Amino acid sequence: MAARAYPRVIGSLREPSWLVGDIILPLLSIMAFVFYYRAMGAPEVFTGFVVLGGAMIAYWLNVLWGMAAQFYWEREVGNLQLYLISPMSRMSVLAGMALGGMFSTTLRAVSTFVLGFVVFDVQVNLTDPWAFIAVFLITLLALYGLGMLFSSLYLLFGRNAWRLSMLAQEPIYLVSGFYFPVKELGFWVGIAASIIPITLGLDAMRQLLFGVELSDGLLPVSVEIMILLVIAVIFFVLARYMLEYMEYLGKREGRLLTRWL
Amino acid sequence: MALKDHLRTLKYATWLGWQIESNWTSPLLFIIYSLVKPIAAVLILIFMYIIILGDVTSDPVFFSFMFIGNALYLFVAQVLFGLTWVLHEDREHFQTLRNIYMAPMSFYMYVVGRALSKIIITSAAVFITLMFGVVALNVPIDLLEIDWPYLVVAMVIGLIMICALGVALAGVSMLTAKHSGGINEAIAGVFYLFCGVIFPITILPVQIQAVSLAIPVTYWLEILRRSLVPGIGIESISGLSAFSNIELVLLLLVSAALFLVVSLMIFRYADHRARKQGKLDMITTY
Repeated sequence: MAARAYPRVIGSLREPSWLVGDIILPLLSIMAFVFYYRAMGAPEVFTGFVVLGGAMIAYWLNVLWGMAAQFYWEREVGNLQLYLISPMSRMSVLAGMALGGMFSTTLRAVSTFVLGFVVFDVQVNLTDPWAFIAVFLITLLALYGLGMLFSSLYLLFGRNAWRLSMLAQEPIYLVSGFYFPVKELGFWVGIAASIIPITLGLDAMRQLLFGVELSDGLLPVSVEIMILLVIAVIFFVLARYMLEYMEYLGKREGRLLTRWL
Repeated sequence: MALKDHLRTLKYATWLGWQIESNWTSPLLFIIYSLVKPIAAVLILIFMYIIILGDVTSDPVFFSFMFIGNALYLFVAQVLFGLTWVLHEDREHFQTLRNIYMAPMSFYMYVVGRALSKIIITSAAVFITLMFGVVALNVPIDLLEIDWPYLVVAMVIGLIMICALGVALAGVSMLTAKHSGGINEAIAGVFYLFCGVIFPITILPVQIQAVSLAIPVTYWLEILRRSLVPGIGIESISGLSAFSNIELVLLLLVSAALFLVVSLMIFRYADHRARKQGKLDMITTY
């Protein structure tokens, strides 16, 4: 895990160009959504929703591109075969990617969060910071479990799965309620979207940061934490099974080393 | 190099771009894929609008402003996203950038050709998004009312300008590592914020409005909005009511020409620097 995390951290330090692209510029997109709400005369709490959602997008993108799709990329450049012949668990490689990517991702999320709240003077009502931290960590756990599950697809599929990652941006921002309470889409749509852990994670964090009344929560926070814990376990177990199965299938069909598929 | 050589490069680069974009699946799935992202992006804005204002008909001028701006912004986003990615993909995924460089053709025209394929694909997405707006959301675009001459002139100048921006960004990409998809999303955010895409620039602080007025995309979007829905009063909320249509076209033309020159300079500088620093075959599998 440490061995795979190491090049990511070193890469971040060696090529600081990501600081501009991953920290400064994303703030501008978030500001655009804030001004859009302001143009409509939305209550101030919506600015907070946008900043929180914008910060959490960093983790979603990291799961999609820095973890799930990374196996595809590793195959294309010839690293995957090295991973497969090494005496190590595939999940530890993925966990290493997550850990290594966490440095830049967390920096992006925190800077979005802090600058967003400072620039727009968002008022929060955080009464239970420990619950907030717990929700955040459990959400990440479930999210990276989902990332591991996704990555198994990349052992077998090529550009199709890559395009799936492209599709998992705006549509997920929509159904997971990154910029507004997910309940606004309808209760059952929100429940269906809860298969993506960030839906419930964001909903719970909104309730804890801005209060239950203003956040229009989908479910009580305690229930959302329980569901997140359950789906985190399910995703990790499924990921373990799927990684083994997809690797076996890939070997049998000779697709593990196929490039430009 | 003769003009016909440049045109041949343009043609085959466009064809190559089309193949890479579309041949990974069946045509039907490709069409669905090309539409889902833009439609989802516009639906986010529509839901935000409905949550705050209750109904899409509650402020038709503002709604049309937002909807048309967001649909046309697809050109900016796709070309800018696309060309950054093209460089990294050719350099690190296909690892063919060296071969392309060695081929007897203009690399600049190759990049423009790849941008052209993005524009062609995006045109379909923009058209269908606008159709969705007209049919499902009562966006008042009427084919008989559209100011076609302004629309065509502004569209052509604007697309050349967007290509120029994309080429400049492609040049910068030659010097940077492939960290993630984040940078693509981020750069387009600059234009999303400053150019009055989904809200009038008058909402921005006064100092920032000066930045908006320095970017040609702002004028481009304004002319296209005025051309597509003339008479509904778009100019009354856009913050550009002081400019007539002709003035806007002239402003667009001058600023686009300036951007073209700057983009060429950036591209040539980046090209030289990438070769000098040996970055043309850099592989960054962090």
